Parts: sequence; C-alpha cells; structure tokens
Amino acid sequence: MTAPIETTGAAAEAQPEAVLEGVESKRIEGRSLGQIAWLRFRRDKVAMAGAIVVILLILTAALSRPLQHLFGLDPNQPHQDLIDPNTTLPKGDFGGMSADHLLGVDPKFGRDLLSRILEGSWVSLLVAFGATLLSVAIGTVLGVVAGFYRGRVDAFISRMMDVFLAFPLLLFAIAISASLQGGAFGLDGLPLHISVLIFVIGFFNWPYMGRIVRAQTLSLREREFVSAARGLGARGPFILFRELLPNLVGPIIVYSTLLIPSNILFEAALSFLGVGIQPPQSSWGGTLTQAVKYYEVDPQYMIVPGLAIFVTVLAFNLLGDGLRDALDPRSR
Amino acid sequence: MRRSLPVATVAAITSAGLLLAGCSGKGSSDSSAGANAATKGVVNASDEKGGTLTYAMSDAPESFDPGNTYYAFVYNFSRLYARPLTTFKPGAGTKGEELVPDLAESMGKASDGGKTWTYKLRKGVKFEDGKPVTSQDVKYAVERSNFARDTLSLGPNYFQQFLQDNDGGYKGPYKDKGKEGLKSIETPDAQTIVFHLNKPFAEFDYLVSAPQTAPVPQAQDKGADYTKHVMSTGSYKFESYQEGKQLTLVRNPQWSAATDPLRKQLPDKIVLNLKVAQSTIDKDLQSGNTMVDMAGRGVDGQTQAQLLTDPTQKSHTDNALGQRLVYTAINTKVAPFDNVECRKAVEYAIDKKSVQTALGGPIRGDIASTVLPTDIAGYQKFDLYPQKYDGDNLDLTEAKAHWKKCGAGNVNTTILARNDRQDEIDAATSVIGSLKKIGINAKIQSYPTSKYFSDYAGVPEFDKSNNVGLMMMQWGADFPTGYGYLQQILNGKAISQSGNSNLSQLDDPEINKLLDGAIANTDQAAREKAYGDIDRKAMEQAAIVPLTYFKVLMYRSPKATNLVSTSAFSGEYDYLNIGVKK
Repeated sequence: MTAPIETTGAAAEAQPEAVLEGVESKRIEGRSLGQIAWLRFRRDKVAMAGAIVVILLILTAALSRPLQHLFGLDPNQPHQDLIDPNTTLPKGDFGGMSADHLLGVDPKFGRDLLSRILEGSWVSLLVAFGATLLSVAIGTVLGVVAGFYRGRVDAFISRMMDVFLAFPLLLFAIAISASLQGGAFGLDGLPLHISVLIFVIGFFNWPYMGRIVRAQTLSLREREFVSAARGLGARGPFILFRELLPNLVGPIIVYSTLLIPSNILFEAALSFLGVGIQPPQSSWGGTLTQAVKYYEVDPQYMIVPGLAIFVTVLAFNLLGDGLRDALDPRSR
Repeated sequence: MRRSLPVATVAAITSAGLLLAGCSGKGSSDSSAGANAATKGVVNASDEKGGTLTYAMSDAPESFDPGNTYYAFVYNFSRLYARPLTTFKPGAGTKGEELVPDLAESMGKASDGGKTWTYKLRKGVKFEDGKPVTSQDVKYAVERSNFARDTLSLGPNYFQQFLQDNDGGYKGPYKDKGKEGLKSIETPDAQTIVFHLNKPFAEFDYLVSAPQTAPVPQAQDKGADYTKHVMSTGSYKFESYQEGKQLTLVRNPQWSAATDPLRKQLPDKIVLNLKVAQSTIDKDLQSGNTMVDMAGRGVDGQTQAQLLTDPTQKSHTDNALGQRLVYTAINTKVAPFDNVECRKAVEYAIDKKSVQTALGGPIRGDIASTVLPTDIAGYQKFDLYPQKYDGDNLDLTEAKAHWKKCGAGNVNTTILARNDRQDEIDAATSVIGSLKKIGINAKIQSYPTSKYFSDYAGVPEFDKSNNVGLMMMQWGADFPTGYGYLQQILNGKAISQSGNSNLSQLDDPEINKLLDGAIANTDQAAREKAYGDIDRKAMEQAAIVPLTYFKVLMYRSPKATNLVSTSAFSGEYDYLNIGVKK
C-alpha cells in the first residue's frame, strides 16, 4: 500500500503544512499524525484483518475463564470413557470430535481440547504481552538515554546490550525455570511460572528494542525541533520526554507488535522444553509439545494448538506490518 | 536404582508416549500367533554362522568398559567381549534369570557362614592377545571398578560395600601401587579367587554376575580410556570404536567353545551404530537394516501405535516385562502423610486405571498392587487396597472413609516428577486429578532425571522444605532377587541425605530386620518367602503406591536368529547368541 501523501516523517506533526503539500485540497484541514496513520491503516485491508483477529484474540483471552464458566467447560476434566485404553487415543475419528467436544479431546486423558485451547489463550497472551511490555520498558528507557547523552553513557549501555545479546538465553531460561520451581518471591505455582516466563523472555529481549530506539534517538536529537527546544532553554529530561519520546512512539508500537508473536513462539519453545508452564495447566506451547508425539496417529491433536499459535502470530505480524506502513511509509 | 537409573536417563530422550494394547501377563490371548513369541521361548533358533549383525541405539553409553557401566544393556552386551564369573543363561522371561557359571567353572562355594566365597576359573581361557586369564586379572578388575571411584565412577560399588576393606582404606589400583592390593580378595593360585565379605551375603553369586568381575589385564588398563579397546575374553573382540558413533566387533580367534558352554560365536561381525534417532531405528528394524535395538526400551510411541494396529506387524513384536515397578512414593515424614491413615486414603484414591492409560495403556504395564514386580523371585500376589470401579469411575468410598479418619481435611502438597519423561509427567497429572477428589491439592514440580536423586527427590531436606508429599518413581533391580530389588527402596538404613532412593523414607525396624535376616540366609526358599513378607509389610505401611509393572514393546527383527527376551536384563533380548538369517 502506498499513500499518495508525502510527509517528512516523524516531524510532520510539527509542520502541518508539509502534509498538505501536493494535495489538491478542496478544503484545508489540519490532520494529526495519528489521523493520517489511521487513514492509511484503514485502507490496508490485510492489516485491518490482522487487527480484527488480534482484538478478537485479546477478547477471547480476557474472557477465557468466564466463557468456560458459561459453557460449563473444564480444561482439566478427564473423560476416560472417551479414551481407548489400549491405544490411549481418543475413540472416534478426528481426535474424538463430537457435539460435546467440538475440537475433540486429548489422548491419554480425554480432556476437552477446545477448553484447553481457550484456557491456554490467556496464559500465552499474558506471557507474550507481559514480556513485550518489559522489553519495551527497559529497551526504550535505556535506548533513549544512550542515544541522547552519547559518550560514556552510550558506550556503557551499548556494551550492556552486547552482553545481554551474547547471553545464552535458552540455557539460562532452563536453569532459572528449574531452580525457581519450588516457589520464590512469595509466589507459587501458576503465578510464579508466568512471572518467571515474563521475566526470562522480557528481560533478555530488551536490547533489540534498545538498539532501535537508540538509533532513532541519535538521528532525532540532531533535528531542528530539538535544537529549537534546546535553544529555548529546555533541559535534558524535558527534551527526552517531551520532544523525543513522542516521536519514538511509532517505531516502538511497530516493533512491539512484531515482538509479541516472537514471544508467543518463545513461550511455546520453553514449554516445549518442559520449563514453561507446568501441567496440568494448559498453555498453547505445552499442548503443542504433547501433541508432537502423536502427529502421525492423532494429527488433529497437533493441528489445533498449532493453528492457534499460527493464527495469532500471523495476525500480530500483519498488524505490525500494517502499522509500520501507516506510521512510517519511508521505512519500507 | 542402579542400573535402572542410567537406563532411564537415556529413556528420557526417546520417552515414548502412547502405547497400545497387547497381552497382559494375565494370559489374555493375542490376535496373532507370533506376538510375544520371544517372551515364551527362543525365536528363530539357529546355529547358522556368518553375516554381519547390526545393533543400533538412540544414544551412546558413556563407556563400554565392563568395569565402568551401570546400564542393563551394557551388562548384557559386554558379555560378548568380557566374561564375568557367573552370568544368566539365555532363556525366556523369568527362565532367563537362571544363574550359571561363566568364567568360573562352577558356582561359588560359600564358607564361614556365607562370609567367604571361593570361585575356580575355567582352565584354558585366554585374552584376545593369547595370554591366559588368571585370577589376578579378576581381582584387578574388581579393584579398579569398585575402589577407584574417581577414575571409574559409573558402575555400582557393591563389592566395596560388602568386601572387607584394608586397614586404613584401600584406595584402588591406580593410587595404591602395592603388589598386594585389596587383602580381602585372595588369589592362592592362578585359577582360584577367594572373596572375604564383611557380613554374610547369600546372593553373592548374583553380585559376581556383574561385568565388573570380567578379567582386565593390568598392563593394558588405561583407566577411563580402557573403553577404547577392552581386552576381550569373550567370543568377539573390538575391531574399532568411534566414540558416540560406532563400535565394531569381530570374532575373537582366541576364544574357544571348549571353555565356554554358553556362547556360540555366530555372526562374522557385530556392528553397533550409536546416536541413531529412535524413529530411524524403528524403521530400520522393520526394513531389516538393523536387527536389534541395543537399549531395549522398545519402539517409540508412534511406531508402537502403528505396529499394534496392524496384525502382521504386531506378530513381530514382543511385549516384555521389564522387572520394574512404576510407583508413587509417599513421603512418610511430611504432614499429613506421616499418618498411615492418610497414606491409606491415597492408596485407595489414586485411580490406577487412568494412571495406566497416562503411562501408555496396558502395553506399557499391568496395574500393580505390590512392591515386587511379578518377574522377581519372591513375588506374591496380593492387593491390600483393592479398587472398585463403577464403569470408568473409581469408587471412592474407602478412600474418603480413610481420609476422614486421617482428619487432614483439605491439604496442599507437592508431587515431584522427572521433566524429561513425558509419561511420568502424564501419570503425575493423572494422580493430581485423582487426589483432588478427596481434598488433596497437589501441584507438580518437575526436574531433570540427571538431578532427580542427587538434588531433588532424593534429598530429604529438599522434600521437607518444599512440602513434597508424593514422588513419581520407577525402580528396577540390579540383580533379579528380592534383596537386589527391595534393599535400596525400603531399607531404613539406606536413607541418605542425597541420592536417596528410599523416597518414602520408610524406616520400619521390622522390615530392616527382615532384610538383614534374609540376605544372610542361605536357604533360597526361606529368602524368597521373606521378600514376600517384606513386600506385604511395606504395603501395610502404605509407603508406596504401586502403579504398574513396567513393560516394553520391542520389534523383533525377522532377520535375526536366537532372539529371546530375558527378565535378567529388563526384558531386553539376550545378546549372547544372536545371529543373522541369510
């Protein structure tokens, strides 16, 4: 998608006349950057579809427990009568699909797959959002400080990013998840597992965000509006938070939406390694892990969580791409 | 856990999930005639020589050194190139538990009330370089494998526990260069070896069946590197060994059938391919490119489902008992399970049928009610906590009655399992579901197999501070007798601060006494009766919830001859005389 409108990028807000350049205007009307982006975004059907799916997913995840309650679903309720004890596979075709169990049941236990996916959605999304928020928070603050102050501060923060990037994350994740299982920080069980996952994933992914923000800051700090602010006597913190940060929102949002799907996959990977969410609690990654062993004999079991992860990741990626195009068309 | 622990460590990697139906030990009939044939007798019995016999394995053992291993399959396989004093005669199922002299010309002669054991070596046995085997080589083998733990650490150290030690402690042949070595092993002449024990041990013949008694010439010993070329006394010798890749054995020309009533030396060459993916091994077994899966843990879950749904394929399978019990240990030292009534409630409440399904169905084990597996001498059939089913639902009347008597109400507890064993996690999940119904809220904590005993379940202090009431466990015997099986898991004296395998921390004076008494008793029938009594006592204490008697499903290659699944090696085929069909 291309917009006919030419802008001079992030500084557009400060210079509304630039937006109007080249437009055969019938009526002169000031538009904010947000409005322009929204106009562009709305025209991008693929991105809109992604956004709608994302919204639906978030709603599903948020309402997961009430929905289960409403339909009388229990993700941990075994149904031994639906399992063939000899094969340990669900009785019937397509993984035991029936009117009672729309997506079938899992092997060995006969738990309803739909309710397990529903229950897993909030876990997976919570971990992904939490971890993303953590990386974004750390990455933005450190990135903007490094880019703005430069010199020693920048050198120190940049080296720190290098250290974090060089860290054997997966090994660390396995070690920390294993050692904290018994309970820590007054947490126990599921809340602990979720916090550990958020911490591990978020705390080690911030340098990616940090580098992007730092690079943007480096170029922004030389811009005229910053010089103008400085010339008017504004101090560091004011410039940081009032002049620079608002102009960084675009790239941050875009990168966040791209980080979320990768974090969902990371949660799945950790659960796959057995260090994520502990059974019997359902999570998408955990369900997928279990299902891999059955892919030839009960493919249905793997398709369901696989599809859930696939759709989510795809939707977030489309949304992210669309947002990027809308907010910063030159970055393609 | 000896022997089953390392075996199981590797099992983790291939940990098979689902499994299918087969015949259980209760005599249900099979749809095809050939299924389980090797658990009943020798299949494809043949004396045909020649060909290359191919083994494959999904992992690689750390060592093939007979003095530095604890894997049942290396115990089994090493006999091709290393002759222990005694060994098990190839035979089907429990018939394979018959102990016969191998390097020794007869079973040990006990004297001094079972504290002194004397063996005579066969005459004319030679190493692959033509040098005659002497009793000094056997003595050296025991010394290096049991007393040099910092060099050879992988094997068990029973001999160190039972042999009289030198004054001041013997440090092993690598550190102690004295000519005399360990004084409690005497070698009066080149054919005689005498062991002096610190207490009577009636089953010493079983101990010397370990490959640790296979002779090692001191001049050729390279410590941990001896695995690169083990000096053979058996029917085959090392041709080449690429660590983690391949081991090739060829006929040992110095071996003679005249000194060996057991071995046949059939194939020209034996090739063992290491680190082959389990699914590849399964496919190769079916296509005939591989003839034996070395680790003997059975095919992986998918293959299993495919084999069992196809009657022709199913006729090529063996569903063998593994001399192992899958159980949940109840921590008798943690509230509320320090109360026997609470433990009894757990015995009744755990739905063994659904646990069995979680473990892979009847093909992965029959429902258990005793501590001793059915294929160990001394096993008596009984069930102190019979479970009643109403359709698919377990009747919880008894469980609830006992739980009420115990008076604990709603409690929280922790259940431990090994995170690299999916079946174990699944079984724990099922146990959690069962216990919830009587008011026990268990949460699972899982740890890697390699640290399970050293850092977690096997550390009483950890269990206490983490409120661990239940632990998932699997136990196999080091040698197929009640003592070899029960001693480590029920003996109060075996409780240690780390690496503990008596997970229930059961310290019952009566059981301890029975165990000590049994092993000193030279009357086999009396010993076996005692094992049954111990089993019953342990069940009365409700310290262990037996879940299933472990079974494996193996694919029996139609291209291999003399295949027989033996209980002596966890249901593996006996590797001594497998040949190739042309």
